[in-house]
Amino acid sequence: MPFIPHTPEDVAGMLATLGAASIDELFDEIPAGLKGARLAGVPPALSEMEVARLLAERAAQDGRPLCFLGAGAYEHHIPAPVWAIASRGEFYSAYTPYQAEASQGTLQLIYEYQSMMCGLTGMEVSNASLYDGASALAEACLMAVRANRGSNSRRVLMPRTVNPTYVQVARSIAANQNIAFEIVDFDRALGRTPVESLRAYGGEDFAALVVQQPNFFGNLEEVHELTDWAHQNNVLLIGVVNPISLALLSAPGQWGGRGADIVCGEGQPLGVPLASGGPYFGFMTTRMQYVRQMPGRIVGRTVDIEGRPGFTLTLQAREQHIRRSKATSNICTNQGLAVTAATVHLSLLGAQGLERVAQACLQRAHDLVDALCRVPGVKPAFGPPGFHEAVLTLDRPVAPVLAALAARGILGGLDLTERYPELGQALLVCATETKTDADIRAYAEALAAVQGEGLRAARGAA
Amino acid sequence: MAELGLREPVIFELSRPGRHAGTQFPPRVAGTAQVPAHLRRAAPPLLPAVSELQVVRHFTRLSQMNFSIDTHFYPLGSCTMKYNPKVCHTLASLPEFLGRHPLAPESQGQGFMACMYELQEMLKDITGMQGVSLTPMAGAQGEYAGVAMIRAYHRAHGDLARSEIIVPQAAHGTNPATATMCGCSVREIPCDANGDVDLDALRAAAGPQTAGIMLTNPSTLGVFERRIEEVARIVHDAGGLLYYDGANLNAILGKVRPGDMGFDVIHMNLHKTFSTPHGGGGPGSGAVGVGARLLPFLPIPLVGREGGRYRWLTEKDAPQSIGRLSGFAGNAGVNLRAYIYMRLLGREGMIRVAEYAALNANYLMKRLQAAGFEAAYPGRRASHEFIITLKRENRDHDVTAMDVAKRLLDYGFHAPTTYFPLLVPECLLIEPTETEAKEDLDRFCEAMSAIRHEMAHDPGKLSAAPHTMPVRRLDDVRAAKQLDLAWKPAA
Repeated sequence: MPFIPHTPEDVAGMLATLGAASIDELFDEIPAGLKGARLAGVPPALSEMEVARLLAERAAQDGRPLCFLGAGAYEHHIPAPVWAIASRGEFYSAYTPYQAEASQGTLQLIYEYQSMMCGLTGMEVSNASLYDGASALAEACLMAVRANRGSNSRRVLMPRTVNPTYVQVARSIAANQNIAFEIVDFDRALGRTPVESLRAYGGEDFAALVVQQPNFFGNLEEVHELTDWAHQNNVLLIGVVNPISLALLSAPGQWGGRGADIVCGEGQPLGVPLASGGPYFGFMTTRMQYVRQMPGRIVGRTVDIEGRPGFTLTLQAREQHIRRSKATSNICTNQGLAVTAATVHLSLLGAQGLERVAQACLQRAHDLVDALCRVPGVKPAFGPPGFHEAVLTLDRPVAPVLAALAARGILGGLDLTERYPELGQALLVCATETKTDADIRAYAEALAAVQGEGLRAARGAA
Repeated sequence: MAELGLREPVIFELSRPGRHAGTQFPPRVAGTAQVPAHLRRAAPPLLPAVSELQVVRHFTRLSQMNFSIDTHFYPLGSCTMKYNPKVCHTLASLPEFLGRHPLAPESQGQGFMACMYELQEMLKDITGMQGVSLTPMAGAQGEYAGVAMIRAYHRAHGDLARSEIIVPQAAHGTNPATATMCGCSVREIPCDANGDVDLDALRAAAGPQTAGIMLTNPSTLGVFERRIEEVARIVHDAGGLLYYDGANLNAILGKVRPGDMGFDVIHMNLHKTFSTPHGGGGPGSGAVGVGARLLPFLPIPLVGREGGRYRWLTEKDAPQSIGRLSGFAGNAGVNLRAYIYMRLLGREGMIRVAEYAALNANYLMKRLQAAGFEAAYPGRRASHEFIITLKRENRDHDVTAMDVAKRLLDYGFHAPTTYFPLLVPECLLIEPTETEAKEDLDRFCEAMSAIRHEMAHDPGKLSAAPHTMPVRRLDDVRAAKQLDLAWKPAA
């Protein structure tokens, strides 16, 4: 029996202990009329060998295209120790460290993770993770409404340069608590949120302003000005950041005169594979003064009864298992294993390695944009890339071009036409440190060929 | 397991300027790209500078300070800590799966999407539901999706007054917290002495303000709600919908389906019932299933199938959807592991899960009762878990459930869930799962008997436990008062 160790003798002995004639008798409290799930839709069991064959075939169907897609999920080198450690049964098959004394490994690791995230973001406290970057933004908006004591507003200023899927998720999660989002437009030429566009809201009551750095287009926002504007208007500043970029870019804790108030984002770039979108993890850091408004688990260092240092879950009075309907969030299980990977990843890279990765990303994105913009009909939509992504415009519809590139084994980027019609035939591309000169050349050549084919087809039709 | 007093330094304490794991750094790329000076980071972030071996040894040693399923019997009630087959991780880690970008075109996702489609179909069949969405990323987010769908359903029917969620007192804390997150108010109702929902209280609570009820069945009290059909009738007659918290689905897999019990919506904890890893606190996956009434409201994206091809169903296909809950499509890799597990089990294996989970739980309960422990609901069958109450021991020997939990660690067992459900005093919620052998259950009973002996003869052993873990009992009060949440270099 798969994964069930009982011998017939075991079963007979156990039933005898119970005074039951059969295992079925143990279900005699279920009303008879309800019983009889036949599971016709579940196929018969397969051996491990058969399942391995099936999954290998499925995986092969998907192939391994050359990837220039980003838009919230990024291909990076993942050091071999990262998942060798995270796959250890002692991490992989443990649960939330409810019994602290028997979970010091996980607890110390989370404490180290929290320390690293505070260091990266320049903030004072971190939680132990949320589900992903998008849901972390939703939680940050809810938290800002609770934390901003100077505001009675349930409105949040949301620039259009924030990842539009994040905005959708924030809406799905926060709207049921009557949080409303005021959408702030961007500068067409620069692809960022000008502080002037916020001036129209001066004097109105808002709980928070969200700023994504680098923004969804890959451009850099003027974070210092935006942060100062928020604080001058009694608005909390929520920073959405890419953790790798923070090796190069100003830490949110240093934004403007006072720094960001809540920082969140997608942790995936820190050692977590693309894997069709998950499991990733959301991170969140904030000021100490807001720690009791923060959602999710938090680990603290303390001592045992003999004065020995140790680690434990703390500030649990914020959480659902204690506060029930008054909790800061309903989150319980988070993304522990992905956090394990990220902690190992950050330890291996350190500040020096992270800076090397970030600088390589920036340079590769510049190289990519330069190479692609040499193809006739391709132009940059804005200035040079702020980090590892950029928007390009094409002289023709994007979707057929992407399809033709995919047929050549290249994922050319994300079509922005529907989300941002005002940008025209726009494409969001990404290059990380994983891309070589040859990769970039391959993309540029394929794009030139596809654009050329399109041209010939158009001429033929004429 | 690491011995008492074994301390591993915080990784920052291993750090020395100039040390690094250089082979992990990318090659330098020629070029002049720069960040504008005013947006550049002022000082490098505080991260450790350590060698690769130091990293590997540090985290390996930390891992040895954990109890886990792979190393210990882990009867944590309501968490279904069963064996996580290794092959699920191995196959979900095939390079094509790991490397697949979530926004890759459908033409480069047919293999992955086939798995997700089949997973949706199997879960529909297992739960007796009409549609399944795999996007919620944990049980609590599945709950959120479920209650949000109930609200959306009432709104779509112009029934705006329905904003109250009924929750039995025994419910998991996520239930009331979820109702609040959905903007609903919570009405708690009691259970009767046998652990069933108090039907009179339910009748009194249900009315035109009722959006729905959130129910776990078997309940968190470890017993099957026998009058579930009556519960469903009362709530439906009042115009409300029934939400099934799938935390305890392991108990009824292949025996009875939530859809057949009258539930309109269910979340499943794939990391419990379908054995994806708990990962030291996640990732989980909280797939939701719905009956016909809630189909239009399922969170997106879903995987659809047309003419032998798989495609994502999004806003355009589901305009009434409650929307997106994750940046892409939920915890895809967790869902893939659940799919692999289900294919290994197959139909017969799936039915055996509930049978042997129930056999193990009932056997363990019987043996613990024989050893002198008091079951909270002695007249009832255990489901896949059961509750022991230590209120007598607390009175006679001044020992607490926490003491017993900590002492069990010394005997090499992870503790059961303690102090939950809240309404049973000094309780241990014990869930052995189907993957434990009889000998392990017997050893657990022997440990509990030994602890019982200590209660009377050496109570200090319990109150000071644990004695053999890397640390002794921790000062939680100090942890919350003198907050030390991040390492700082000595001044």
